[in-house]
Amino acid sequence: MTNRLLTVTDLNVSFGNREVIHDLSFEVRQGDCLAIIGPNGAGKTVLLTALLNLIPYRGEIRWSREARLGYVPQKIAADRQLPLSAKDLLTAKAGFLKLPAGELQEVSAGLGLSGELLNTSIGALSGGQIQKVLIAFALLGGPNVLLFDEPTASLDELTEEHIYELLHSLQKERGMTVLLVSHDLSIVYRNANMVLCLSKGKTCMGPPKDVLTPAMLQELYASAPQYYQHSHERHREGDSQVVQEREK
Amino acid sequence: MMKEQALLLVLALFFSLAAGLVGCIALMKRMLLAGDVISHLALPGIGLAFALKLNPMMGGAATLFLGTFLVWQLQRKTGLATEAAIGVIFAAALAIGAAVTPSEDLAESLFGQLGILSPAGFLLGLAAVLFVILSIFLLKNQLSLAIFSTDLAAATGVPIARLDLYFLLLFSLTVLVGLRFMGALLASALIIMPSATARQLTNKMSPFFLLAVVASFVSVAAGFLLNALVFKFSTAGPTIAVLSAVLFSFSLLARTR
Repeated sequence: MTNRLLTVTDLNVSFGNREVIHDLSFEVRQGDCLAIIGPNGAGKTVLLTALLNLIPYRGEIRWSREARLGYVPQKIAADRQLPLSAKDLLTAKAGFLKLPAGELQEVSAGLGLSGELLNTSIGALSGGQIQKVLIAFALLGGPNVLLFDEPTASLDELTEEHIYELLHSLQKERGMTVLLVSHDLSIVYRNANMVLCLSKGKTCMGPPKDVLTPAMLQELYASAPQYYQHSHERHREGDSQVVQEREK
Repeated sequence: MMKEQALLLVLALFFSLAAGLVGCIALMKRMLLAGDVISHLALPGIGLAFALKLNPMMGGAATLFLGTFLVWQLQRKTGLATEAAIGVIFAAALAIGAAVTPSEDLAESLFGQLGILSPAGFLLGLAAVLFVILSIFLLKNQLSLAIFSTDLAAATGVPIARLDLYFLLLFSLTVLVGLRFMGALLASALIIMPSATARQLTNKMSPFFLLAVVASFVSVAAGFLLNALVFKFSTAGPTIAVLSAVLFSFSLLARTR
């Protein structure tokens, strides 16, 4: 029997008079990849920040005792002028959590973060590099739950592929539970085993094949968005990667 | 008299180390100018203490910490940005300070030389400075995380609100030690300028802190020396501040970015 890792009951989040999340209840089991989808302003990011206890809310959010959270934010509004390298940042977290000395090297090596990249100032890193550093940041401390907030927003397709491959291997190799906010329904279809739809006044939850139906999407987004189901074949001809897409 | 001057110099040199470190954090938090204004919060207390014939440092400390706490509360309760909260408190503090400070003591209040440094005052100042240095060292990981992203830091378990208050208090404590020889107007000069100087010279964190501390130390040591041998002003504060500005000018020529 799979363990229940998170139980959310009657969650309400408001900013002033504006109610962003209304009476939301759902559960997440260990090993799930729950995709959170919905139109802009539906409260996807707000839900993640409430789950992280970063904003006030009403209702109940109960994480199981075994849950150790890692968080990869959508975007960091970090000052590009900060005299802070990726290594400084990771070292600060490792130091704050009093992690063993080898863990930083282990996580960095696992994500292929080179010494050169680690010593580069945060402001000089590309979007994809920053995202990898943020994933490394989230993985420090050995989390068993990762909260991803649109981890590939504004990244090019190749980097996006790489990030999701990483996500997939984390799930597979470490049995990581993932809560993923994404606009990209093809990514959701490929990675998630459960989907939570948020829309103004409406929520639904279930496996992708049950939830991502044209009728449901029409209702969520007002017009049915197109999405693709990707399948991949890797060819060892140079480093080229062939991505086949077929419209669903 | 010589012994007092020696104690003052030793305290000033230790102060310069703390000021360099605090300045680096304040620069990265983008609150240097806001922090500058914090030093002016001491003015009404100094003025009142002069008027009531009390120890001006005690008066300065009282309004400095009260003002700092008010700034923190204003930020938390109203969501005002740090500089807005400090701006409001500053305007009120300066007005009150100007009104209550006896005119013959105003220059000393603004530019330093607040009474005689007793051995007890020296020890207290030294303890305060060492406390600031130790605190920055112990909090450096939390401060780095919060400077990068408050959300990420909070998700990691860093108590952001408490850390903000703690840093504001460390800033105020540093300013308080500097009040004696820099005065309410210039006390934060050694917090602002050395860190700005160091930032011109490096993009790396450890050298940034090291260079700021060196720039601060050199400004104080050379400032005291120049003042004693050449200018002979009643306080070394202005000489130290000008030297610090000169170092900043040099850093512009040697900047790495």
